[in-house]
Amino acid sequence: MTVHSMQLHPSVNSTLKEDQIVHVHFKEEIGIAELIPLVTTYIILFAYIYFSTRKIDMVKSKWGLALAAVATVLSSLLMSVGLCTLFGLTPTLNGGEIFPYLVVVIGLENVLVLTKSVVSTPVDLEVKLRIAQGLSNESWSIMKNMATELVIILIGYFTLVPAIQEFCLFAVVGLVSDFFLQMFFFTTVLSIDIRRMELADLNRRLPAEAVQEIPDHLRLPRSKSVAKQQRYERQPTIRPSAPYTISLQTSSFRNLRLPKRLRVIYFLARTRLAQRIIMVGTVIWIGILVYTDPAGVRTFLTAQVTEQSPLGGSGLAPIAVPPGVFQRGDTESSLPGFPSDVTPPLENQSRGTDEGKNSNSFDALPLVEPENITDNDKQHAHSETSLPENDFKEEITWGAHDQEMWRKLSFRHWPTLFSYYNNTLARKYVSILPIIPVSFHLSLQDALDARHPQDAKRYHSMFSTNYQESKNIDGNGAREHASAKPQVPLDITLYKVGALGLASGVLLVILLFCLYKVFCPKTYGQGGLSHGRRRRGDLPCDDYGYTPPISETLPLILKGHLMDIECLASDGMLLVSCCLSGQIRVWDAQTGDCLTVIPNPGQCRDSSSCYDWQESWEYISDPENGADESFENEHNFQRRMTPSQPILFTDQPDLSGLIDTNFAEQIKEEDTVSRQRTVSEHSQETGYDFGRAYDKVYEDHKMLNVQNLRSYPSPPTLLRCSQTSVNLKSHGWDGGCNHRRRSLGDEPFSVFEKTSPIPMWGGDCESSVWSLGIQGNLIVAGRSSGRLEVWDAADGTLRCSNEESSSGITVLAFITNRIVAARLNGSLDFYCLDTNKTFNQLQYRGTPNRSTIPSSPVFNSEDIIVCQLIHMVPCAHQKPITVLKAAAGRVVTGSQDHTLKIFRLEDSCCLYTLQGHTGGITAVYIDQTMGLASGGQDGAICLWDVLTGSRVSHMHGHRGDVVSLICTSSCVISGGLDDMICIWDRSSGIKLYSIQQDMGCGASLGVISDNLLVTGGQGCVSLWDIGYGDLLQTVYLGKSNELQLVRQLLVLDNAAIVCDFGSELSLVYFPSVLEKLD
Amino acid sequence: MSRIEEACWSCSCTRVRPSESNGTLLVAKVHEMMTIVSSILGSAYCSLVSGHTMNLVRRGLVLFTVGVFLALVLNLLQIQRHVTLFPEEVIATIFSSAWWVPPCCGTAAAVVGLLYPCIDRHLGEPHKFKREWASVMRCVAVFVGINHASAKLDFANNMQLSLTLAALSLGLWWTFDRSRSGFGLGLTIAFVATLVTQLLVYNGVYQYTSPDFLYIRSWLPCIFFSGGVTVGNIGRQLAMGVSEITHKDCLDKMHKD
Repeated sequence: MTVHSMQLHPSVNSTLKEDQIVHVHFKEEIGIAELIPLVTTYIILFAYIYFSTRKIDMVKSKWGLALAAVATVLSSLLMSVGLCTLFGLTPTLNGGEIFPYLVVVIGLENVLVLTKSVVSTPVDLEVKLRIAQGLSNESWSIMKNMATELVIILIGYFTLVPAIQEFCLFAVVGLVSDFFLQMFFFTTVLSIDIRRMELADLNRRLPAEAVQEIPDHLRLPRSKSVAKQQRYERQPTIRPSAPYTISLQTSSFRNLRLPKRLRVIYFLARTRLAQRIIMVGTVIWIGILVYTDPAGVRTFLTAQVTEQSPLGGSGLAPIAVPPGVFQRGDTESSLPGFPSDVTPPLENQSRGTDEGKNSNSFDALPLVEPENITDNDKQHAHSETSLPENDFKEEITWGAHDQEMWRKLSFRHWPTLFSYYNNTLARKYVSILPIIPVSFHLSLQDALDARHPQDAKRYHSMFSTNYQESKNIDGNGAREHASAKPQVPLDITLYKVGALGLASGVLLVILLFCLYKVFCPKTYGQGGLSHGRRRRGDLPCDDYGYTPPISETLPLILKGHLMDIECLASDGMLLVSCCLSGQIRVWDAQTGDCLTVIPNPGQCRDSSSCYDWQESWEYISDPENGADESFENEHNFQRRMTPSQPILFTDQPDLSGLIDTNFAEQIKEEDTVSRQRTVSEHSQETGYDFGRAYDKVYEDHKMLNVQNLRSYPSPPTLLRCSQTSVNLKSHGWDGGCNHRRRSLGDEPFSVFEKTSPIPMWGGDCESSVWSLGIQGNLIVAGRSSGRLEVWDAADGTLRCSNEESSSGITVLAFITNRIVAARLNGSLDFYCLDTNKTFNQLQYRGTPNRSTIPSSPVFNSEDIIVCQLIHMVPCAHQKPITVLKAAAGRVVTGSQDHTLKIFRLEDSCCLYTLQGHTGGITAVYIDQTMGLASGGQDGAICLWDVLTGSRVSHMHGHRGDVVSLICTSSCVISGGLDDMICIWDRSSGIKLYSIQQDMGCGASLGVISDNLLVTGGQGCVSLWDIGYGDLLQTVYLGKSNELQLVRQLLVLDNAAIVCDFGSELSLVYFPSVLEKLD
Repeated sequence: MSRIEEACWSCSCTRVRPSESNGTLLVAKVHEMMTIVSSILGSAYCSLVSGHTMNLVRRGLVLFTVGVFLALVLNLLQIQRHVTLFPEEVIATIFSSAWWVPPCCGTAAAVVGLLYPCIDRHLGEPHKFKREWASVMRCVAVFVGINHASAKLDFANNMQLSLTLAALSLGLWWTFDRSRSGFGLGLTIAFVATLVTQLLVYNGVYQYTSPDFLYIRSWLPCIFFSGGVTVGNIGRQLAMGVSEITHKDCLDKMHKD
């Protein structure tokens, strides 16, 4: 046959060696010795997986998660193989061998890091928030890891070793798809797992605690409602104290506020457009697949081919051969391994292998040969009829690379190929016979006719120039050669796919970055936008250039106090204020009338001397005569005592201690210069940073303070019976920090500006009121002497007093008939107010929700009220208690010893000691829903779970102390010494935004009905929308007095706010913002 | 690609059918591997309570086992490079002719693995980077992978081979070690080991299967370097388990006092 075909088609330019038979041997089974390294690598792989997944902790199903992690890696590898083969890369490496290395390279690290990070987020958050927080915590490290691995693999790619390149290619694609799967598969599994754990916890905990509260929720099946149930536990008690709804702006105005990109996102999320499109696409795709399944396609094609074959048309034959080969073409096309659009070289090889088979392999040869002969004859006929010009057009050169064409076929294909003929290659070998090149000429037209239509498209350009068809003697080669034939397709696809993988990786990063930039609100994360500090006189405006109108509401000015307001308390109806001089005034919170005045016990001075004091105060630098000096000095002492002592309950005592010391030393050698010095010194001291605790100085101060108290004994007669009672207020007035801050900051004003007020200080040095509480018609005042006084608010009489301890009462809380007083020495006293009659006789005036009458018990004026100490915790804290709040049957104290304690109100039992702050506690908030927040000198804010005593979240945002803290149902609002007000998301602990306040106004905060924030500024009060961070309104308290700072702010129940304004009080209603619910 | 195939497939003409008796050997090997893994685990987590020298001996034993095992496996890989399928006598030669090679490797591994934490301690910079067993396993896998690559892959020239191997070794060090002491020690080990091998070859004690001298010389230091890093990693991990436990012991004693 060789000779025959050589005769027929004398070869031109053949450089092939004639007798070169290559045998490809196939072994029967893999040798055991060869298996050992393989097994070793697999064992190492399993050890790696084992050690990795062992680190998964604190999840519901460890094994499930480990399985998911492994599945992530495996499926990403599968995806990479699929993608690579899709792009035309034929895998030549032994998959079993490189598989462990691929797994190791891709790794489980990211998955584990992700799990750890998500698991370590606060437990009480929603699952999606936990996932989001965990992801954002680890975003940088995950991206860094991925980038590093990509770079390493890229370096490996440039080693230019084909095997390593292929490995790297798989690894790159696998890495990228692994990243996708981590984000979209593993996080899902993780969230499901966490959810399961929560459900399990809930089931365990519910019967224990929440049975009596929400029994009907227990009956709910544990479906979605369980998630809400948890939330619901905290919700219901928020509202009752807020009987007003907010009618902010119209809805169109609000929509205008929403950024456009967010609206697009919300729209997409609402309609689930993307999901639906994808779903429809998938359904259509599956439908197409079902309709035209591969087998169906093939039968269809075969039918077409057999239809056309008698006519000799070269329609759909898989290769460009004349019609005689069609029968063969059918057998070829029935091979699924070789679809009709495989590149021509592969087909050639497959045909070559058919012929190169050993004689014992199968009987295909006789089947093929006659066809080939006819084939050759026909082609010969074609060449005879071709034009003679074609002879010199192109000459075929056969080289060694042509001979090696079959090597481009992966040897793994060979057993597949032979298996179609029911032949196994085990223990056999394939001999590839040498190629016998034969060439003959073909007319251009015939060649074009003989082409496969798809080839025409693919190789359009090269057919335009030259085309020749040559065949080897076995007839099936049908190799097409042209000058522009693509070289070495494997390498090109390698590079192509590699570049594609890298580009897609880069694209992915860019895409994610763009998504983050576009769709995440600016305030996401810790950055937070801070509203710039307003200049005085400037109208505040927000980001959108919207300037809210200055409110027409005129503030009600409550005048009467002679000095700066020290303490402020209210219960909605009545307002109690205490100024630096110790005078207590009771106001009607509705009308602003002054109902009662309880003067300081020591104020019974004749007017002339008062005038003298005033004069001497005004001309403080002038030398005074000796007669006045002692008196004035006492004066000075008092004056200094009163402002400074209220400060004592925080770190401030050292200041007053210093001043008292000065005074005690100078009391005998008075000169005005030194007095002035103390004044200036004092004013300097007030500007000092309060952030540090001077505990030793504090102790000294306490000693000195006691000395001073002794040296100036209080005349008991000064407590006049005509003193009016003061009012009371609901539980807990504003935190001590407000007082401290205010009193300190205001002192310079009182010294240098307030020359007019008549000094009201008396000789009673015990009289400084450190804390106030009001409830019903009773006012409780805690004094620096440790004396607890209960006044009647209506007539100003002293109902009872308690002087069992000499340590000053720093904070107190007054709830129904209980009084909790925290003392300077860290002890905590629980008092009970009782009448001689039974408690049943106490009448309740109703709830504040329904009427404006406070719900507190009213003690009849004729009753004898006994204030008895029922329990005393001698050493509740090691250091002075700075804050105390009571709500929901719990009393929370915060101290300078960095701890908080939770007491039960009924039996004064200490439930928990909360540790977690690194500085003294300066602010505490507790509400009826048992939400507890605390802020410390370290600038940190901690949220606690009162039920379990565990820390829920920990936020850090202030430079310096946190001086005020308020929680709403969704937010935590904190004000700091840095004059910044930060709004945090309560559940996730993410800072939403921050507002820069005027200097010294960081503590003036208030929340009206859960979504309006009131802040004090320089001579004005601003109203903010908490949810959007928009400034709604600004009320200027007084045109003339803009220098005054609003340092203390109290929100009354009826949507009014009271703020101190120097020596005045301002009562501001917001009728334009609020309207009554009923 | 074609060259690999040629190397892998065309060389098998002289194939000898492997004997069936190897099954028992496989079982034995698997058993050995299992014991190694379990011994690593055991030594790391439970058996390190005894005295210091005992710990040292245990660690040395574990490292020795690992070294012997790795030497056997890698030797197998190298042999595989030249004869794709093993004739019966290959396995025999592995265990008989150069019987002293795996123990030597084991001893070297023990020494190196004990040396790494020792040097860390002396330099005063404890190794903090990725101290966990998963990372160690990854490191071992990559090391075997490097050997695998050097055995199975066909490079165009020696330069390419040595460059690739050097890059891979450096990558191994950077990924799993990143300590200067580890790098220095790895370099020293590579130098000394190559020197010793060359001396052995010059004296005729040991012979390369491949006559290509340059090829071997460029190949050996990289393997030694990465092997040093790997063994050092294992040794550090073992030592860390020890130090953790001893630290706990000290704390307990202090509490008792």
